[in-house]
Amino acid sequence: MPTTSISLDEAPLVLHLLRRADDALILGHRLSEWTGHAPTLEEELALANIALDLIGQARLLYAHAGSLTGHDEDQLAYLRDARAWRNLLLVELPNGDFAQTILRLALFSAFMDPCWQATTRSADPTLAAIAAKAEKEVAYHLRHSAEWLIRLGDGTEESRRRAKAALDALWPYTGELFEADEAEREMIAAGIAPDPEALRAAWEATLTDVLARAALERPSDTWMQTGGRSGRHTEHLGYVLADLQYLQRAYPGATW
Amino acid sequence: MTESRTPLWEVFIRSRNGLAHKHVGSVHAADATLALQAARDVYTRRGEGLSLWVVPSSAITASDPADKDMLFEPTASKIYRHPTFYEVPDEVGNM
Repeated sequence: MPTTSISLDEAPLVLHLLRRADDALILGHRLSEWTGHAPTLEEELALANIALDLIGQARLLYAHAGSLTGHDEDQLAYLRDARAWRNLLLVELPNGDFAQTILRLALFSAFMDPCWQATTRSADPTLAAIAAKAEKEVAYHLRHSAEWLIRLGDGTEESRRRAKAALDALWPYTGELFEADEAEREMIAAGIAPDPEALRAAWEATLTDVLARAALERPSDTWMQTGGRSGRHTEHLGYVLADLQYLQRAYPGATW
Repeated sequence: MTESRTPLWEVFIRSRNGLAHKHVGSVHAADATLALQAARDVYTRRGEGLSLWVVPSSAITASDPADKDMLFEPTASKIYRHPTFYEVPDEVGNM
């Protein structure tokens, strides 16, 4: 395996698969950072389980994308530079405290749950099969994060303060969930991907319900962050990739 | 303080072979909903079950270990209670 970065011909389907795979891998990696640091043993396992679900989804998506570009899943994960990553800015942000970790998972899962459900009807049979598996996993991620968010928001003074701070910090990163550029619209038109705008009502309904039960106020939509889908990332992604890619970059093709 | 905010729950799993729920261990959780999730996350990672129960550990009334002799010792001499003294006709096959 060459140690130098690969360059990809990002046909619309490849780009779509990379966007979803990168979201799953980076969020899975972030959640795995809690291993050894979670507040309780039970939550440690819960977060690690979710991380493994997401990394599993990423592997399937990379394998599918790689079958179109002639790469294997490891090359796609380990040999792309930050500018070639297509994940949401939301998932690359540091974990912050437990409230921020939980809120991010809830915001992402509330979108991905209806998104995977709709994708089970994708015109791409491989993607539809991945969706059938991922949909059940993400439904649990949503339930787990939502139940925690309700308890944090409606819990102690401190948990409430932290949940509110997380909501203010992360809300400007939710606009990116609904972006659809030209390549994405091509996938929507081909019946391969759902239109994110069509998922907005479900996302809003889930969050309205959860935030109400958490006694938290939905922030107003102001200016939204953007850039991840086209490779313009925060400074944080580079550090994630340094961790994630170090071994394959330093010892190309290493296995154990 | 941790104990009172996240009390102990006993976890029971019914595996896919249709047997009764079986005790597998315990979790700490703030309430029943989170206890069920914790039980799922801790005890069903390898396809162990189809159904979960969680019960507050405080709801369980246990026998006193000091009563062990009084409660359980007397049965030791009553081996006739075991169904090994009856002849099972061959036609019955394995029971």
